[in-house]
Amino acid sequence: MPAVQETVDRVRQIDVDQYKYGFVTDVESEKAPIGLSEDTVRYISAKKNEPAWMLEWRLEAFKRWLTMREPTWARVDYPKIDYQNAYYYSAPKKKPELSSLDEVDPQILETYKKLGIPLREQEMLAGVVRKDADGNVLAERRVAVDAVFDSVSVATTFKEELKRAGVIFMPMSEAIQEHPELVRKYLGSVVPTTDNFFATLNSAVFSDGSFVYVPPGVRCPMELSTYFRINEANTGQFERTLIIADKGAYVSYLEGCTAPMRDENQLHAAVVELVTHDDAEIKYSTVQNWYPGDADGKGGIFNFVTKRGDCRGKNSKISWTQVETGSAITWKYPSCILRGDGSRGEFYSIAISNGMQQVDSGTKMIHLGKNTTSRIISKGISAGKSNNTYRGLVTAHRKATGARNFTNCDSLLIGDQCGAHTVPYIEAKNSSAVFEHEASTSKISEDMLFYCRQRGMSAEEATALVVNGFVKDVLQQLPMEFAVEAQKLISISLEGSVG
Amino acid sequence: MSLLEIKNLHVEVEDKKILNGLNLTIEKGQVAAIMGPNGSGKSTLSYVLAGKDAYNITEGDILLDGESILELAPDERAAKGVFLAFQYPVEVPGVATMTFLRTALNAQRKLRGEGEYSTPDFIKLVRETSAKLGVSQEHLRRAVNVGFSGGEKKRNEILQMAILQPRLAILDETDSGLDIDALKTVSEGVNRLRSPERSMIVITHYQRLLNYIVPDVVHVMSKGRVVKSGGKELALELEAKGYAQYTDEAA
Repeated sequence: MPAVQETVDRVRQIDVDQYKYGFVTDVESEKAPIGLSEDTVRYISAKKNEPAWMLEWRLEAFKRWLTMREPTWARVDYPKIDYQNAYYYSAPKKKPELSSLDEVDPQILETYKKLGIPLREQEMLAGVVRKDADGNVLAERRVAVDAVFDSVSVATTFKEELKRAGVIFMPMSEAIQEHPELVRKYLGSVVPTTDNFFATLNSAVFSDGSFVYVPPGVRCPMELSTYFRINEANTGQFERTLIIADKGAYVSYLEGCTAPMRDENQLHAAVVELVTHDDAEIKYSTVQNWYPGDADGKGGIFNFVTKRGDCRGKNSKISWTQVETGSAITWKYPSCILRGDGSRGEFYSIAISNGMQQVDSGTKMIHLGKNTTSRIISKGISAGKSNNTYRGLVTAHRKATGARNFTNCDSLLIGDQCGAHTVPYIEAKNSSAVFEHEASTSKISEDMLFYCRQRGMSAEEATALVVNGFVKDVLQQLPMEFAVEAQKLISISLEGSVG
Repeated sequence: MSLLEIKNLHVEVEDKKILNGLNLTIEKGQVAAIMGPNGSGKSTLSYVLAGKDAYNITEGDILLDGESILELAPDERAAKGVFLAFQYPVEVPGVATMTFLRTALNAQRKLRGEGEYSTPDFIKLVRETSAKLGVSQEHLRRAVNVGFSGGEKKRNEILQMAILQPRLAILDETDSGLDIDALKTVSEGVNRLRSPERSMIVITHYQRLLNYIVPDVVHVMSKGRVVKSGGKELALELEAKGYAQYTDEAA
């Protein structure tokens, strides 16, 4: 595992206080007036040139939100958020219409370059036609990227090629204009505007995000990826992602996130909705690396995310894989509604907390159809003074005969000042459901470290090896290039956790 | 120069004295057996040599090639060629034995300022070594010691030793928990590694292991010090008469 070595080198270079992505890009931006009111909602809608139905939808959500209270049941503790002291829309100033990448602010492109996100189509395409010694074209894996900078999508690559395959991959704001029938049909159909405090807020003020539609029988020819970056101070990011796989379609989607280091907390409240029709499959992977705050818990992103997939058709499948390493607060439960008979939901998670981070994350598997199956593999790693909670719900409806779930929930503690908590809810309303739950909590023991060190490994190398072993089952679920990145990230996140 | 010199070593654990002025010299290429009753400090000696925390050295010194290693971390000692075959090898879930071996070997080589093994060279090395020890390819893919039988765990220790090629190997009760067949296999593995370049300290309760790994010298420990040294026949004498005479003598 050469990546172990690489990760260790990175660990040495990077301190907990030296978050790699913590730079700020100096671009002129255009912001909505500070605060949140009906006018803010109208402002955003007008900026996006939205049709009336979209504005109505937003306003309804906003009215609803005013009546709702922030949930307090999660095991996270944070100062009260002043929703009136934030900006809800920020866009890099630009020409009104972007026709090609060349028109994107070079500063922003530079940012993505620093982040290692290959945005420029020509570079990507240059990689595609690489040939081997015999002149055969090498089939390389390509990733189409949509980059969201603060509140707007700045560039989407491979649009033409995807279009030929019939795949729609574009910023949500464009989809509202170009495919209103699809957006109207599916938006809010998985996470309704009334769902929860943060999702409702998102419905009112969401600014951009990605929209994907894969038509019947199409296997998306490449990985799709969105890269989210919060840049402006005091700006909330509220992206909205909607992915639909029509009958027999398949798509794999990756999501990455970073933010600059700031003293004050920034709010991130996204909504992701997935829909699979008969025999379709969506694989959704996230590597979340928002700024976690400094070692004393100052700053960092508050991440309140609602992600839900609806296996609407029979024998369809939704698989969530997440590697959560960043954010000061994580409140996130990617879920599956197993509505279609024979549908399958999967949740693979690595949640790492260090320093003063607080994670409350898990999943919901809601079995409604017959012979539906689900699988949950959760690996929580706590270090420093952090707290890490797995919260999960597995439920089988009265008519969900033959429902099956397997849950494996492991926690690993590093040091003696962190906490790991497991809160599983299991409900079976019919007698044919078979639910299995396994859980374990372990500590990286002195004996294990000594054993590795006796063989020549440093304390960091030994920890990296043990942790990589612990999360192996989940890393295997990630697309290859992501897995290597995730492995590095894990070691960086654990920097300073061994004494 | 002797490879290892332990001089007047006093060691405490949680204020309890375990080693009490222990003196011991190991020559290059020598295989020395250390025998003694329970609680005589044999395992403590092996941990102190390897540099485990929680052992408080109050007096004395340990010299490797004439230089003190007391200030060295466990990994630095490992890189200098100190290897401990554990009495109870630790499980490392999710980490394939192959990965573990490679990480360990390259870590040591890096500390010594040597280059890392390339993947093909490393695989070749492991294949050849494991074949000699009768360790299967399937075993190499399994997580380190997880679900291994007692014999498999001990054989895994010997495999690591064969790959890491230490100059001083300490075998801590390698015979415990082994049936006679496993004992033979493990002993054969150890004997194959005997060399003028490698010294071994074989810690055991029983003479039985020494029928298979025949020592050059035998030291008897009691109450934290070496109380008698002799040739391999000393082990047979102990087997016949027991440790009682030494425990009294030390008291």
